[in-house]
Amino acid sequence: MLIPVTINGRTIEVEKGTSILEAARRLNIYIPSLCYHEALAPYGACRLCQVEVESGGRKRLRTACEYPVLREGETVYTDSEPVLRMRKLVLELLLARCPDVPILRDMAAEMGLSQVRFETVGEPSQCILCGLCERVCNEVLGINAICFVGRGAKRHISTPYEANSEVCIGCGACAYVCPTGVIRIRDIDGRRHLRFWNTTVELASCRLCAEQFAPGPSLLTAQGRSSDLEDILTLCPTCRAERVRLQLAMAHKSK
Amino acid sequence: MTRLASPAELEQLRNYIVSQRRPDRQWVAICLGTGCRASGSEAVSAALRNALLERRLAAQIDVVEIKETGCQGFCERGPLLVIHPQNIFYQHVKPDDVEEIVEETLLGGRTISRLLYRNPESNEIVVKEHDIPFYRNQQRLLLAHSGEIDPTDIRDYIAVGGYSALPKALFTMRPDEIIDTIIQSGLRGRGGAGFPTGRKWRSCRNAPGDTKYVVCNADEGDPGAYMDRSIIESNPHSVLEGMIIGAYAIGSHQGYIYVRQEYPLAVKHFRRALEQAEEYGLLGHNILGSGFDFSVKINRGGGAFVCGESTALVASIEGKTGEPRAKHVHTVESGLWDCPTNLNNVKTWANVPHIINRGASWFASIGTENSKGTALFSLVGKVNNTGLVEVPMGITLRELIFNVGGGVSSGKAFKAVQTGGPSGGCIPRDLLDLPVDFESLTQAGSMMGSGGMIVMDQDTCMVDVARYFTAFLMDESCGKCVSCREGLVQMHRVLQGICEGKGRESDLALLQDLCDVVAGASLCALGTTAPNPVLSTLRYFGDEYRAHIHEKRCPAGVCKALITFQIITDKCTGCGACLRRCPQKAITGEKKQPHVIDQQLCIKCGVCRDVCKFDAVQVI
Repeated sequence: MLIPVTINGRTIEVEKGTSILEAARRLNIYIPSLCYHEALAPYGACRLCQVEVESGGRKRLRTACEYPVLREGETVYTDSEPVLRMRKLVLELLLARCPDVPILRDMAAEMGLSQVRFETVGEPSQCILCGLCERVCNEVLGINAICFVGRGAKRHISTPYEANSEVCIGCGACAYVCPTGVIRIRDIDGRRHLRFWNTTVELASCRLCAEQFAPGPSLLTAQGRSSDLEDILTLCPTCRAERVRLQLAMAHKSK
Repeated sequence: MTRLASPAELEQLRNYIVSQRRPDRQWVAICLGTGCRASGSEAVSAALRNALLERRLAAQIDVVEIKETGCQGFCERGPLLVIHPQNIFYQHVKPDDVEEIVEETLLGGRTISRLLYRNPESNEIVVKEHDIPFYRNQQRLLLAHSGEIDPTDIRDYIAVGGYSALPKALFTMRPDEIIDTIIQSGLRGRGGAGFPTGRKWRSCRNAPGDTKYVVCNADEGDPGAYMDRSIIESNPHSVLEGMIIGAYAIGSHQGYIYVRQEYPLAVKHFRRALEQAEEYGLLGHNILGSGFDFSVKINRGGGAFVCGESTALVASIEGKTGEPRAKHVHTVESGLWDCPTNLNNVKTWANVPHIINRGASWFASIGTENSKGTALFSLVGKVNNTGLVEVPMGITLRELIFNVGGGVSSGKAFKAVQTGGPSGGCIPRDLLDLPVDFESLTQAGSMMGSGGMIVMDQDTCMVDVARYFTAFLMDESCGKCVSCREGLVQMHRVLQGICEGKGRESDLALLQDLCDVVAGASLCALGTTAPNPVLSTLRYFGDEYRAHIHEKRCPAGVCKALITFQIITDKCTGCGACLRRCPQKAITGEKKQPHVIDQQLCIKCGVCRDVCKFDAVQVI
């Protein structure tokens, strides 16, 4: 069912249940966010995507990533004064925790936030606790290697008991989605090091050229999910391409 | 015990249990609630058992039943012991008193005045429990039987009329009628938000889905609050009966009780209650032959305050991290495992049997226009009668604190009362005539909350109070929302600075901004109400903040960085009591000569002031 929603004076019809954030993107209206990813369920942790929703004569602040368009007649403002003030305050708080994270500094410059009035309590952090890494690992890959630990100011993200993860497949999706770049991956001497997770995994060798090309557990997981892939997954990208080239050449010849 | 197969069998059993009890026979109710246990009531109970056994062997005494009850409420005076049927109330009972109680009262029929309650104002001795002002000024509905029944024995609950609402609901009322009754009664959720219970039930009943759940929220976690705990410990079946009726009305066959692991006695009593109700056919398959099935599981919470929030609680039962989620789709439509789920507080459930038994209009006659029924509070802090109290909604704070609570302990002036738990607010003396109901407390910048009530006297620093509650909330925030997690850290830092004398002019504006962002941008009620302690103290005690910031002075004499201890020369007799006790050896002086505190060495522990018999140590 299509429902019309008005954002900053422009109306668009969207499927019932679509988030305000998605609807705004379709209208090319920018709403800042740090914990949203289209491949993942909305989480609402960074609180930056605040918008004002007017419904039945009342205006309320809502997070655009989570707020679904369910009924007609709602008007959304993405850059009203209360919205901008709230966003700025949230960003100021995040910057107190993570003063050196580039994406935050860029956002601050965009929003005209020149001075952070709050002091950093404890050690400055590179992690903004957006939870994208945790959610991609759990929701998309189904691995559940990492999770939030502790609560309140002690909240952080880690492997169970902060120990070398036994289930991490070293795929690197966490590093890929991380908006701050704090999760780094290094492949050294046949092993993949994920220092942020205190974890290392073995790299597998190509069955033809013996090059260590990918984390072994990632390949095994992929094979486990689709056994047809075994032949391809045990070859490095170069050998895989070479083989496809040869197969094509042979097919061409036999014609 | 074979399962009861019909309401008639239940009535038969009730009559039998009552007929076995001789109304003239003496019995003793000993409070074994958590408070009295802590002050040693288990030993009293054991001593009494021994003493009675010896005499029974010597055939000196007829059988005297000892009932170990849950919390009787007057925790300040524990261990408590009430002798029935005379209703003689003994307080501060020690095992050594037991022989005398047996000889004098149980055998001799005389009271022991030393153990009786003495009214501190009139100095008059009160013999009977129900004549004591603490009890007389209450209206005990949910707590009516707390001091009379053994919570581990279902027969006690049945004997006082328990499980009579259940057959009435199952056999004479349609689910919709039950819901109508609850709506008409005006019952509102006792967990804090005060949402109309009947409307919630109706939404859940009407929500599409075959599987529905009912949940009892017993994750009480406010500092100083123990209302839910006491109800479960003293009368678990009343909660269970309410849940079964609710489940029938909503169309649910599975219930969950989410109770804190730190409440071992509550967990134990609930377990026992479930076993017994099942055994008697009041729970489980085909309840009382009605064809209605309902079972209940107990989930023990790990102690996260945030798990009292409905969506976090649901996540926790599902085995996930206890974190709230956005409620754009309500729990009544999609809660536990995405099924319609009706969640109510312990006290809400416990009200249900009373409403079914006595009708909606009876319940609606108690309380105010918009807040019906009674309210339970654990009255703590600087109050004479610390304890668990139940009063009609609409009673004024003054009546509650001074008539029921007996006024401020230590004889000092009343300063403020904190209601609604850590995210409630502090209400000042000017508002003592405020009626206690959902709307009035919210308007005053506090809230009803679950029912903690902390009384503060003139020696309480309100900035320090705000700092304390903010620290609690900072630790208990789940940490998901940036605004709540980081906002509370910053709020605490600013408050800490003010208490340490590092407050700056700009701090007040900073606090206001922090309150706005924590309340405005956070997801759940923990965050949105977290600024209340700061906002309410700023609103009513702004002068204290300014004294800390501008004059570097703590008017209440609490914040160590801002106070100095001094000996008043005229009052000091040179007795040396402070000198001997000072851990820093900071006090010097000749015998019988005024002493002096070396401010360089003083750590402001306050021992000198506590030990001085001449009031010669002052804080400036």
